[in-house]
Amino acid sequence: MTKFACSGFTAVGALAASLGLLAPQVAMAQTAETKKPAAAKTSANPTKPATFRTPWGDPDLQGVWNDATSTPLQRPGGVGSKDVLTDEEAAAFQDSLAYDLTRDRRDGSAAEDVNRAYNEHWMDSRRLKITADHRTSLIVDPPDGRIPPTVKISPERAKARAQRAAANARFNAGLPANYTDFSLPVRCIIRTDSPPYLPTIYNNDFQIYQSPGFVAIAPEMIHSARLIPTDGRPHINRNLHQWLGDSRGHWEGNTLVVETTNFRTDAGVIFMDADPATYKITERFTRVDAKTLNYEFTVEDPHTWTRPWTARIPWSRIDPEEQMYEYACHEDNYDLVHFLSGARAREKAGTIKPQAAAKTTADER
Amino acid sequence: MRDLFQAAVVILLAAVPAGAQNQKLANAPAFPPYKAPRLAGHPDLNGIWQAFVTANWDLADHEAQAGPHPEIMGAYGAGPAGQSIIIEGAENGQIPYLPSALAKKKENFEKRATADVSSDETWHAAGDPEFKCYMPGVPRATYMPFPFRIVQGSGPYILIAYEFASTTRTIRMDSKEDAPTLSWMGWSRGHWERDTLVVDVTGFREETWFDRAGDYHSDELHVIERYTPASPYHMMYEATIEDPKVFSRPWKIGFPLYRRLERDMQLLEFKCVPFTEELLFGRFRKQQAP
Repeated sequence: MTKFACSGFTAVGALAASLGLLAPQVAMAQTAETKKPAAAKTSANPTKPATFRTPWGDPDLQGVWNDATSTPLQRPGGVGSKDVLTDEEAAAFQDSLAYDLTRDRRDGSAAEDVNRAYNEHWMDSRRLKITADHRTSLIVDPPDGRIPPTVKISPERAKARAQRAAANARFNAGLPANYTDFSLPVRCIIRTDSPPYLPTIYNNDFQIYQSPGFVAIAPEMIHSARLIPTDGRPHINRNLHQWLGDSRGHWEGNTLVVETTNFRTDAGVIFMDADPATYKITERFTRVDAKTLNYEFTVEDPHTWTRPWTARIPWSRIDPEEQMYEYACHEDNYDLVHFLSGARAREKAGTIKPQAAAKTTADER
Repeated sequence: MRDLFQAAVVILLAAVPAGAQNQKLANAPAFPPYKAPRLAGHPDLNGIWQAFVTANWDLADHEAQAGPHPEIMGAYGAGPAGQSIIIEGAENGQIPYLPSALAKKKENFEKRATADVSSDETWHAAGDPEFKCYMPGVPRATYMPFPFRIVQGSGPYILIAYEFASTTRTIRMDSKEDAPTLSWMGWSRGHWERDTLVVDVTGFREETWFDRAGDYHSDELHVIERYTPASPYHMMYEATIEDPKVFSRPWKIGFPLYRRLERDMQLLEFKCVPFTEELLFGRFRKQQAP
């Protein structure tokens, strides 16, 4: 079965037409702080972020958080340059995105209908709401809410990308040649545990644990924890590389700032296939109130983008009754065998249709 | 002043018999009573810990042995000798298996270094989960030859992050909630008994093993762990193991966990999935033309 079935976001013409002038920009922190605090079981004053402190004095980020939202990473073209919507516009925008995401409609073939039902089963319902501050994109910089233009990449990187694309095409055609044709998430090597964290179709939980001098972030997929020292120690030596890199954090006021280096250079490890030699990622975690944490990441790589860019995703503290459960992956990765043995069966039967699955979306990052 | 200090130690000794727990371990050296530093009112177990026993090869007494493929692996694949870590409930030094359950242990051992994932139904039928890079379960994760980090803060959750397979597990402090579903690392609920962190673990999937000797359990496995600080540099670990489907009575293992003291020591990745892909999936690759 397909583990990720995320399709691209589409702008809806009717919505775009209904949009008026720019609304005054509302910073997320302000919006969230004016909301009535929910009945959180914390003794701290939920309206003052500074009061969220651990007994040893660090800002307190502990808890289970969820980052699901329907707000797209990039601003859909149809919404124009508007970055924040009014309540009415936001409702229309949310409905249109939900329409795309839920697949709760009956147009198209029976096969498409079945596919939608599958997605509906796995869909995180939180994924159907836009961010509370009514933004039209998760990207907050550049101001147009779009990933900056890319630069020309080296022939070596172009060749590596072409090889990855060919492997992906084999997968999409139902003819993977080997397990190396699958993406790292399908192979259960990394999933949503590699930074930056972006919402996916399901399992958008993160649990944060803290101890003096340490912050640990455990994304739901795959049962790993990023152990982030905040005690000022240096990174591991440059010759040690890891799938999830090597993270170091420090506190700037109420914000945990995390820089991650020492990534492996295998295809698919670095976000958006940036150049491991020049890629830089900085993440910021800021507790806003009892129920909200702001997650912001900035990525830069002069070998990939013309300028650095930044996205902000609000994380909501999930109800204490809903806990994060273990996510196993490799342990029962039946898919891999099904995909490969299916490909061998197709080859044997001679029923090869390379164009057949051209429209299928894969979960390449 | 010194007398005052000694008096305080005596009072402490009377009030906090944490040392008594340690002395239950057969032949454990007698350490003076120890009161761990406090964090948010509880003993502070934060740090990187590691067991230095050979129980991952066999919980019971075992001689040095060749690995499964000595013709390929030579001494690389061989296992070290080691003494049993079973401190209670053993039968003639062995785990108290029900007679009907012993055959499976032997079969497990014989097929420990095999894997066959050609069918969903028999996916887990043979082979040590460790061999296939599956999550190791509890208590095995504790005595694998890899370090682990405890992250204990002020919230109701304690994280244990193991280096092997980047596995994690959450201990839910004072939780009343039963295991909502089965999992590889089980459902851990903790509480403090004086200086000891007691963790009750249920909800295990049946596929994990205890060691490379094929020792196993069913989905009725129940593990009660005890972590007791014994000095700034070590703590005592005990685990009581019950499984009425497989064992005739509860039994208990125990050994020290040592704090890793190297400067800037940190867990590194042991994401072992890529090391198993050829073993598990290689047979399904496209065959090259001869």
